[in-house]
Amino acid sequence: MKSATQIAADVRSGTSSATAELERTLTVIEQRNAELNVFLYVDVEGARAAAAQIDARVARGEDVGPLAGVPIALKDNLCQVGVPTTCSSKILDGWRPPYNATVIERLLDAGAVAVGKTNLDEFAMGSSTENSAFGPTRNPLDPSRVPGGSSGGSAAAVAADMTAVSLGSDTGGSIRQPAALCGLVGVKPTYGLVSRYGLIAFASSLDQIGPFAKTVADAALVLEVLAGHDARDSTSLPEPAPRLVAHVNDGVAGRRIGLVRELFDGADESVVASVRAAADALRAAGAEVVEVSIPELALTLSAYYLIAPAEASSNLARFDGVRYGLRVSAEDVTAMMEATRTAGFGAEVKRRIMLGTYALSAGYYDAYYGQALKVRTLTIDAFARAYQRVDLLLGATTPSVAFALGAKTADPMTMYLNDVFTIPTNLAGDPALSVPFGTGEAGLPVGVQLLGPGRSEARLFAAARVLEIADGRP
Amino acid sequence: MTLPDGWEMVVGLEVHTELLTRSKLFCGCANHFGSEPNTNICPVCLGLPGSLPVLNREAVDFAMRIGMALHCTIAPSTFHRKNYFYPDQSKDYQISQYDLPINSGGYLDLPDASRVAIERAHMEEDTGKSTHLGGSGRLAGADSSLVDYNRCGVPLVEIVSGPDIRSSAQARLYAAELRGILIATGASDGRLEEGSMRFDANVSVRRPGAPFGTRCEIKNLNSLRSLQRAIDYEALRQIELIDGGGVVRQETRHWDENRGETSTLRVKEDADDYRYFRDPDLVDLAPDQAWQDRVRAALAPMPAARRAAVVALLAAPSEAQLDAVEVVIDLGLERYVHGVAAAGGDAALAVARVANELAADVDHVANLPVDAFVSTLAMEQRGELSATQAKTVLGEVLRHGGDPRAIAAARGFEQLSSDTLGATVATLIASNPDEWSRYRDGDDKLAQFFIGQVMKLTRGQANGKAVIAELQARR
Amino acid sequence: MSDALSRDDVAKVARLARLVLSEDELDLYTEQLGQILEHARDMNSLDLTDVLPTAHPFGVTNVVREDVVTPSLDREVVLAMAPHAVDHRFAVPRILGEAP
Ligand SMILES: [Zn+2]
Repeated sequence: MKSATQIAADVRSGTSSATAELERTLTVIEQRNAELNVFLYVDVEGARAAAAQIDARVARGEDVGPLAGVPIALKDNLCQVGVPTTCSSKILDGWRPPYNATVIERLLDAGAVAVGKTNLDEFAMGSSTENSAFGPTRNPLDPSRVPGGSSGGSAAAVAADMTAVSLGSDTGGSIRQPAALCGLVGVKPTYGLVSRYGLIAFASSLDQIGPFAKTVADAALVLEVLAGHDARDSTSLPEPAPRLVAHVNDGVAGRRIGLVRELFDGADESVVASVRAAADALRAAGAEVVEVSIPELALTLSAYYLIAPAEASSNLARFDGVRYGLRVSAEDVTAMMEATRTAGFGAEVKRRIMLGTYALSAGYYDAYYGQALKVRTLTIDAFARAYQRVDLLLGATTPSVAFALGAKTADPMTMYLNDVFTIPTNLAGDPALSVPFGTGEAGLPVGVQLLGPGRSEARLFAAARVLEIADGRP
Repeated sequence: MTLPDGWEMVVGLEVHTELLTRSKLFCGCANHFGSEPNTNICPVCLGLPGSLPVLNREAVDFAMRIGMALHCTIAPSTFHRKNYFYPDQSKDYQISQYDLPINSGGYLDLPDASRVAIERAHMEEDTGKSTHLGGSGRLAGADSSLVDYNRCGVPLVEIVSGPDIRSSAQARLYAAELRGILIATGASDGRLEEGSMRFDANVSVRRPGAPFGTRCEIKNLNSLRSLQRAIDYEALRQIELIDGGGVVRQETRHWDENRGETSTLRVKEDADDYRYFRDPDLVDLAPDQAWQDRVRAALAPMPAARRAAVVALLAAPSEAQLDAVEVVIDLGLERYVHGVAAAGGDAALAVARVANELAADVDHVANLPVDAFVSTLAMEQRGELSATQAKTVLGEVLRHGGDPRAIAAARGFEQLSSDTLGATVATLIASNPDEWSRYRDGDDKLAQFFIGQVMKLTRGQANGKAVIAELQARR
Repeated sequence: MSDALSRDDVAKVARLARLVLSEDELDLYTEQLGQILEHARDMNSLDLTDVLPTAHPFGVTNVVREDVVTPSLDREVVLAMAPHAVDHRFAVPRILGEAP
């Protein structure tokens, strides 16, 4: 499978065409989508028209942008004009947005071809893509296992070689965790680096859009296109996109990297071994790796599972059957809203809406939501203190390799514990990425996680690139 | 109206005013009353999934102007979500300010010299509008409702008074004075009939000096008259209830203008759990000193100061004159009075002309430049125009514009020459010897008789003062 | 922290969230939400009295737009999304109570 970097170079030079790249993508989707359930919707016509237009522009000698002719898969919580956008929920089944997410506009402006919308845990709530109203997505590396979640479809699209790159969203690990389970690079950018306009919100203070790719360079390429200020998002950093691709090969010589005990304690042996091997690789490349402990991280799971549901309970109120999406008829408007929401939302979404409603309700706010916001402060301070001593942090992305479908669906708490290593950085608003390093059970990939302070993406990509090379992908 | 002896009402008002921004509070849709339904809507104000709010700078400026006019402290503030399901609210939460409002701790001094505390004046978004089908067109008894989201997301400021008001008349005075202030800030058009300003009244009763009683909130009063009547009705209702051994229940009540009574709308219950929390889509608002100074510098004088400036031009003003001043200030027409005063003219006459002639045709004042008004009144004062003629000239200029002197000339409002006047007066003296001798003996009231006769003979072209001068010269 | 989550609490929360739960679901959610909240009590192991809450990791303030009117959506497009529209408006079954 060609990298996005290569596709763009080939399309720009005329060696290949957007149409040829798209047809190859469509063929793979045709071959594997029925088995894997990656795409909920493939916009064949729209993508072909877009590819033809790019080819025409190349033929006229125009510069079509850094993602020229690159087919890209989009998580189905990103709004695209006229393309069904469901969040994998029955409540939005059939809805076609009348506007584009900012990230989609930027991708299209950069010459990318939007292929279709990928499966996710309903409203991005989950860690296995099993909470989809449209069936689970399977891991292309082993279809008896989950691809992770919630951006499991976008991860699987790249892992199955359908597209070279894709977009996901990460609220508590929803890009990094599936990237780890599918053997990909997955990036959760600094909060505010990428506009959320057009991303259907799960938890607004935590959500960030980011890329999946097979290579570090591809991830940097896509993120560079996505990043930069957007006036339509009040929480967008008021600064231009950073230069990332140019720094991918900067290396780690002289960097201080902290190996965080709390970010791999309790993980499977093979995962711990990979993290330690990654530390050695970074050391070998000239970094100074020190072991650090950030005890505050132990409490972040609890804080997250109050803050995210609290915000979600409010964000998902608008799905009431009045203006768009599903309506289940009833005698009066309250009964209609209840019938619609009861029929339209799946069990996990209901669970989190109720949890969040409870955490915000009179008499419980201080004990739950208020307390969680204080833990958030502690988390932010703890990371800030760590980054005074080191440039980056290293840990595991997930406690294990990809698990079997159905293995963790019985008990929500078991599923939530999957996010224990990825959640802290969302609370802090800092960037992190997962990069494959080594293998574990059944030869499945292990992801290691690199974390940095706000706006340190270039540094993270450079370190990830060192691990990529050390892991045998020069 | 007075309450039965030994009772006192305690009233606080919550006033919602729409702001005169061009666009809505969090999106670029037009903030326009009267558009075709659902034409001013976009992903943001329609609450489409994925859309995000961005705050309108002008709305912040208007909110600060209101706060400054009400002597509030302007402080760093945040936006919260007030969560409740209702079809006219597109996101099923309202973005509002909660524990940290932009304006707090101010006051409003009323013309009757009382002071009402302003607890806060915060920003929030308006909801859409529902039309009810079936039944009587009201919510109760309707079969279904239709929602128009044009108003959804229109910026509002809610001004919350302290529980300092003790009579319905004072409540009305407060509402009227606040309305004048809102108009003066430029933040609101004060149009009650279009709902751009709405009142909620919190009413309770007590024995003077006793703790506050349980209050009821009367919602959506949309005229000063309704406000006053509803408060009176509600206070009496509560007194009767308590006197009859009952207990006032905390509830929201509806005012029925036709029946002149309030009725229960909803009782406060558990369901009123709005789960306020900081809106994570919006950032803190903390206007710095430079921003605040810019807004303050652009603030026009408030009604109280303007009223005082006009009153200062009048020597020992009567009640009627003070009422006329009120009309002048209400309509924002005091520039005419100041113009006359600056030219050395009669300010009292100017107040009277503005409060009557100009007020009667206020939509056309743009046709009447201040200097045209000043010159018309000068002609009247010099006796070149009679009062009737001056009013006619003003009316004409208001309707069509033009030069007052030319209009007077065209209408033949030439001043009667003193010779003609003298001859007319002489004739009248000759034909009314009894009246003349009584006048000569000091009965000044008869001057009016002669003026009336002169007017009759000259078809109103004479000037009253000139007639008196002529009479006195011959006395 | 408050006492354990009761079945009534869950029923009340479901009403607030406009969800209808069957008796079985009530039992299930009471148990599951109770477990999650139980886990959340580990936050009490810290003294957080003097810690200020952080609602948002984003430090920028005063983000505003100029007061400029931008095009609205085409009404027909919007109403086409509506489950039920009448007379250029969104139609809903009867509303039982006034807005708060
Ligand atoms: Zn709008």
